[in-house]
Amino acid sequence: MPAPTGITRATLRKDLRLEWRSKDAINSMLFFSLLVVVVFSFSFDPSAEESRQIAGGLIWVAFLFAAVVALNQTWAREIRNQVLDAYRVSPAPANSLFLAKALGNFIFVSVLEALMTPLFIAFYRLRAIGPAWQLLIVAMLGTWALVVNGTFFAAMSLRTRSREIMLPLLLFPISIPAILGMVQATTAILTGEGARVWIALLLSYDLVFTTACLLLFERVLNAE
Amino acid sequence: MNGYLLAAYAATWIIHMAYLATLVGRYSRLKREIEELKKNQP
Amino acid sequence: MNRAFPVLGVLTAILLSYALYMALVVAPTEQTMGDVQRIFYYHVPSAWTAFILFTINLVASLVYLARRQPAADIVALVSAEVGVVFCTIVLVTGPIWARPVWGIWWTWDMRLTSTLVLWLIYVSYLVLRRFSASGETPVLAAALAIFGALCVPFVYFSIWFFRTQHPQPVMGGGGSIDPRMLHVLLINWLAFSCFAFLVCWSRYRLEKLQREVEQAQALASLAPRSPR
Repeated sequence: MPAPTGITRATLRKDLRLEWRSKDAINSMLFFSLLVVVVFSFSFDPSAEESRQIAGGLIWVAFLFAAVVALNQTWAREIRNQVLDAYRVSPAPANSLFLAKALGNFIFVSVLEALMTPLFIAFYRLRAIGPAWQLLIVAMLGTWALVVNGTFFAAMSLRTRSREIMLPLLLFPISIPAILGMVQATTAILTGEGARVWIALLLSYDLVFTTACLLLFERVLNAE
Repeated sequence: MNGYLLAAYAATWIIHMAYLATLVGRYSRLKREIEELKKNQP
Repeated sequence: MNRAFPVLGVLTAILLSYALYMALVVAPTEQTMGDVQRIFYYHVPSAWTAFILFTINLVASLVYLARRQPAADIVALVSAEVGVVFCTIVLVTGPIWARPVWGIWWTWDMRLTSTLVLWLIYVSYLVLRRFSASGETPVLAAALAIFGALCVPFVYFSIWFFRTQHPQPVMGGGGSIDPRMLHVLLINWLAFSCFAFLVCWSRYRLEKLQREVEQAQALASLAPRSPR
């Protein structure tokens, strides 16, 4: 039996290849990123002085949109082709599947964020007063927080009625401390205040919930 | 007695009674279903 | 067991009435807030009861995941439901208290905000239980309960730290409490705990009965009908 990491890598590579093959997906992602930033610019006046204070919140709400869009289709392909049953009877550890899905989502959402960020910077004339490299850490920790729980809850929502709304409904309340952390850390870096505590919060949140997801995913997969 | 005080205490008991009312409603519906079951199997 | 229930019901009703009398008449009037402060005697015990119920939910969920006992699953459901009822009361009485004291309905105060997030988490738990197909619901719900419980320290810490950076008026005031007020508070807490216990017990019996009926209905639809 191949090593668990091998399975994770193989599954991840397959997912990425399938996504990349369809140029539609990439074009829609580009257009989606632009749309979100434009809508936000109309809703929250970029020229106002307060924009630097609220930019952290704006950006992360936009990223949250992107994350939910990505997460909702996490298992769509698997359901269509009844792949999940095959996974259940195979000796492959469930965690490999989970990690592959979570990493795939992470990459997908990170790409969307990378497309949206320059647009936000341009439209809102953003400039980081604090150390800008920390923003990258916050982005990664924050995105992982959303994606790891989101992938888990997407699996839990599979056989529920109103599946599409069940995912955000389950994800948002649990994510509130992480969202507070992401937004506050981003705002702190943009305004030059200290973000260390918030980054520590995000890191510990990620560790705790990644562990919880890995420990419980097998039960959830088999319960379906 | 202060209006807000009354409102708070009243709200508390209204919420509790509303919940108990739903329990009673579900219980009577269950009783009806039990009657149905008993009728269909003599 | 059935005979104990009405007796306990009457005792609880007496205790609740006594606690109410204590709260409205016996407890001393607070000097700055006046009579409105007496909302405290309903607001705080409801919060404590909700927390205890959510803790029971966590324990029951862990027991269910470990042992797969249906009774544990029912306890988890019941404690979450009744916990949400008490939590709703905290969120309703809080603003009613804040309005005359601070002039605003909602302050994003540390405790009230944390309670709101807790309420959201357990409502989402109840929604999952309602919407998921019945075969796997107990396991999924138990997993969500664990996630919710893990989240609680993060909720409290993040909101606390946020508040230290952006201070707001703290509801309920800080500092020590008059021992006579503490006494009334504890009596109300005892009364509401007994009440919560009876409500949970009723809900437990209702759920057990419901599951038995559903099982019987499932069997009846499978079995051939006896000729009339």
